[in-house]
Amino acid sequence: MTTPLRTVPALGPNRALKLPKAVERTLDNGLTVIALRRSSVPLVEVRLRIPFAKAQLARSAMLTQTVLSGTSTMSTVDIAAELQKVGGGLSAGADPDRMLISGNSLAAGLDRLLDILAEVLTDAAYPAGEVSTERARLVDRIRVAQSQPSHMARVALLKRMYGRHPYAVQTPTPEQVEAVGAGALRTLHNDRVHPAGATLVLVGDVNPDKAIAAAERALIKWDGDGYEVELPPTPELKPGPLTLVDRPGAVQSSLRMALPAVHRQHPDHAALQLANLVFGGYFSSRWVENIREDKGYTYGPHSLIEHAVAGSSLVLAAEVATEVTAPALLETLYELGRLASLPPKDEELEQARQYALGTLQLGMSTQAGLAGLLSTYAGFGLRLDYLAEHAAKLAKATRETVAAAAAEYLAPAKAATVVLGDAERVERSLAALTPLTTVEAA
Amino acid sequence: MRIPASKYPIERFTLANGLRVVLTPDRSAPVVGVAVIYDVGIRSEPEGRTGFAHLFEHLMFQGSESLEKLAHFRYVQGSGGTFNGSTHFDYTDYFETLPANALERALFLEADRMRRPRLTEENLINQVDVVKEEIRVNVLNRPYGGFPWLRLPPVMFDTFPNAHDGYGSFGDLDSATVPDAADFFEKYYASGNAVLAVAGDFDVATATALIEKHFGDVPARPAPSRPGFGEADLTAERREAFEDRLAPLPAVASAWRVPDPIGDLAAYLPYVVLAEVLTDGDASRLVERLVLRDRIVTSVGGYIGFMGEPFAVRDPTALILQAHLPPGGDVEKVLRTIEEEAARIAADGLAEGELARTQARMATHLLRDTDAVLGRALQMALLEQQRGEPDLINHLPRLIGEVTDEQIVNAAATLVPARRATIEVIPGGAK
Repeated sequence: MTTPLRTVPALGPNRALKLPKAVERTLDNGLTVIALRRSSVPLVEVRLRIPFAKAQLARSAMLTQTVLSGTSTMSTVDIAAELQKVGGGLSAGADPDRMLISGNSLAAGLDRLLDILAEVLTDAAYPAGEVSTERARLVDRIRVAQSQPSHMARVALLKRMYGRHPYAVQTPTPEQVEAVGAGALRTLHNDRVHPAGATLVLVGDVNPDKAIAAAERALIKWDGDGYEVELPPTPELKPGPLTLVDRPGAVQSSLRMALPAVHRQHPDHAALQLANLVFGGYFSSRWVENIREDKGYTYGPHSLIEHAVAGSSLVLAAEVATEVTAPALLETLYELGRLASLPPKDEELEQARQYALGTLQLGMSTQAGLAGLLSTYAGFGLRLDYLAEHAAKLAKATRETVAAAAAEYLAPAKAATVVLGDAERVERSLAALTPLTTVEAA
Repeated sequence: MRIPASKYPIERFTLANGLRVVLTPDRSAPVVGVAVIYDVGIRSEPEGRTGFAHLFEHLMFQGSESLEKLAHFRYVQGSGGTFNGSTHFDYTDYFETLPANALERALFLEADRMRRPRLTEENLINQVDVVKEEIRVNVLNRPYGGFPWLRLPPVMFDTFPNAHDGYGSFGDLDSATVPDAADFFEKYYASGNAVLAVAGDFDVATATALIEKHFGDVPARPAPSRPGFGEADLTAERREAFEDRLAPLPAVASAWRVPDPIGDLAAYLPYVVLAEVLTDGDASRLVERLVLRDRIVTSVGGYIGFMGEPFAVRDPTALILQAHLPPGGDVEKVLRTIEEEAARIAADGLAEGELARTQARMATHLLRDTDAVLGRALQMALLEQQRGEPDLINHLPRLIGEVTDEQIVNAAATLVPARRATIEVIPGGAK
C-alpha cells in the first residue's frame, strides 16, 4: 500500500529582478507625472494621489463622495457616461494621508479620461442636490460599517494605537457627516485639491512620453496654489492592559494586536519584514500553522506591516471562535515570545526570503499592480528602484539580524491588544492571561 | 470607440489519462499562473452533506501522495508564490501564481494531489473546525452574511442541488466522514473530470514535456456523468423575508432566470449586458433612477449568477438585482420601480449610445480580468471545462459588443414580477 515517495523538483535558476522603466516629469504646476508602458492588455490604469493630511475627516469623506458629482457643464450622469464611452471609470477615496482618484479605461481613451479628470479637478461644482444625496448615502454606509465586527475592532485598535494623533479616528460619525454642506466642500477643494505635491501615475498600453504629454495638455490648467501640511510622527505604542470591547451575542471574537514597526527605508525594515513572515505574515508561518492548521481556532489569521506617512506599525488580526478566545490569545503570545527570544531556523528564514522576493515579481506583473506600487511609493517619496534596494536587503538578512528585529519589534510585552467579543463569555478566561479593561462598543 | 480584443495564443491537448490541458505562453513578465479545475461544485454534493464540496476543497490542501500536511503551502510560498482554492456552484478550483522558475514544482504539487490526497480523521476534524470559523466570519458573525448568495437560491429553486446552503449546516459538516471524502475524490476528482491551465512565462514544448512527466501517470479515471440540474422557470412570484439581527438597514434582492449560459450563449449574452445597462455606474438605469433621482436606495447592484461569474456558471442560473435601503426604506416601492424601469426599456428601448458605452466599459472589465496570468489561466480552464472553447476568452469582448438594442429590449421584457424570486432582509440591528 505504501507508494515510494516522489521528490519535489528543484526550482529553476532565480531570475534577477528586472525593473520596468518609468518616465517621470514634473509639470510647471507642480504635478509629478509618472508613466510606464506595460502593453499586456489594451488598457491604461490611472492613479492620482493628492496629499490630504489634516483635511477634516467628515469633509474629506464627503469630498471623495461628491467630487465626481458634477461640474458647471456636466452632471454626475454625464461624467459617468462620458467615461464609459471610452471604457472608463473613476472613483475617489481618502485616508488620513492622501486623497486618491483611481480608474482605468481602454488605452485609446486615455486622452478623453484625462480631459474629464481635468474638468473635475478644476471645476467640480458640488451641486446641493447631489451633495445631499451623497450625504445620506454616506451616513447609511457608516451605519452599516459600524455593525461590521472588522470595522468595530479596527476603530478600537486605532484608538489604542494613536491616542490623540489624527490617525486615531479614520471614520467620521453620522452626525459629523450630516453637518457637511456644499460650501464646506468647495472650500476644502479650493484649499487642498491642487497639483503641488500630487502624483499622477499612468500605466498601460501607452507610450510613456506621449502619455505624459497628454497629461500635460489636459492638466496644466489645474492651478498650483497648494500648501504643504505635515502630520506629527505617530506616538509610541502604549502596551498596557488588553482592551476588551463588549459585543454581546458575538459568536466569534476579533483579536487585534498592534506592535511597533519601521518605515520602508529604515535599516531594520527588511529583517523585520522577514521576522513578520516567519511569525504570521503568510500562510506558511508559525502563527497560522499553529492556530489554524493545528488547533482549528480560526480561518484567516494574518499579520501585516502597515505603512502610513507619519509612522509604521505591525498589526495582527484573527477572528476566533468565542469559546477559544483565551487559548488563541495564549498561542499568539507564545508564538510572538518564541520568535522574540529564539532565532528562527535557517529553513524558516530561507522560505520567508523566497516568498518576499518572489512576491515582488508577482506584484509587478500586472498593470494595476504596477500602478498601485508606483502611486503608493510616490506617496513616500520612493520610486520603483526602491524594490531593487529592498530586494538586496532581503537577500542579505541573516538569522541574527532577523532575530534582532524580532526581539525589538515582535516582543509581546510591547503589544497593544484589543479583543472585540462577548464579554460575558470571554472576560474571565482572558483575565487569567493578562490584565484587561472592558469597555462598551463605540 | 472600437472595442479591442486580446490575442492570447492557445495550445490545447489531452493526456492519455483524459486530463485536458490549456497553455497560453506570455513572456512579458517572469511569472506563471497554474490552475487546476475539477468539474464538481456545490450542486453535486449529496443530500445530508451540505457544504461537502467546500470542505473537501480544504482537504485537498492537507497533504498528498508524497507530501506531508503543510508541505503544499510551504513549497508554494517557499518558491515565492501564492496559492488558493475555491468552491463554486459548478466547479472547484486550485491555483498558484509563482515566479516562472517554480513552474515544474507547481505542476508536481498539483499532480501529487490529483493522484491522492491524504484523507485522515485528524485532518478532517481540524478542517471542519476551520470551515466553521470561515462560516462564522463570512455569514454568522456579520450583518448581511450570505445575502443574497445563500439566501436567494432556496427561494428561487425547488431541488436540493440548486436550493441548498453551499457553505453547509454545522450538523452536516460534523457528520462528514473520511470514507465520504474518499468516495467524493474517487468519483469527482478524476483525471477525466479535470482541466489544467498554465499561463505566463514558459516555453510551450518544455511545459508540455513537464506536464506529461508529472501528470502522465495520474491514474486514468473517466469523468462521472453529470446530471442535468434543470428546473422549470417560475410562473408566479416567490417572496421571502428574514430578520438579520446584526443588520442596521433593510435590503432586498430579486432574481430572474436567464437562458442556458452554455447551451445558448447567443440568447444568454444580452442578459449579461442588461445587468450592466441597469447597474454599472452612475449613468446606468437603476443607479440613476433609484439612487440619484428617487433616492429610495443607497446602493444597487446587478450581475449574473449567484456568485457573479457570468462565464463560470451553468444552467439554471439567474440575473440578480440587489439593493440596500435607507432606514425605514420601502421595499415595495423599490421593487415596483425596478419593474417600471425594466418595462420602460422594453417599451421605449435604449437611448442613443447607451448600449455602446456599456459595452465599452464591459470590454475594459473583461480585459482587465485577464491581465494577471492567474486570471487568464482560471478563465481559460473554465472555458475549456464547461465549453471546450478556451479561445472564447479572445472573443468575448467582441461578442458582448455585438449584442443589439433589440436583444436588450427583449431581455428587459422578461424581468416581470411573475418570474421573480425575492428575498428581503429585515433589519434587527438598528440601534
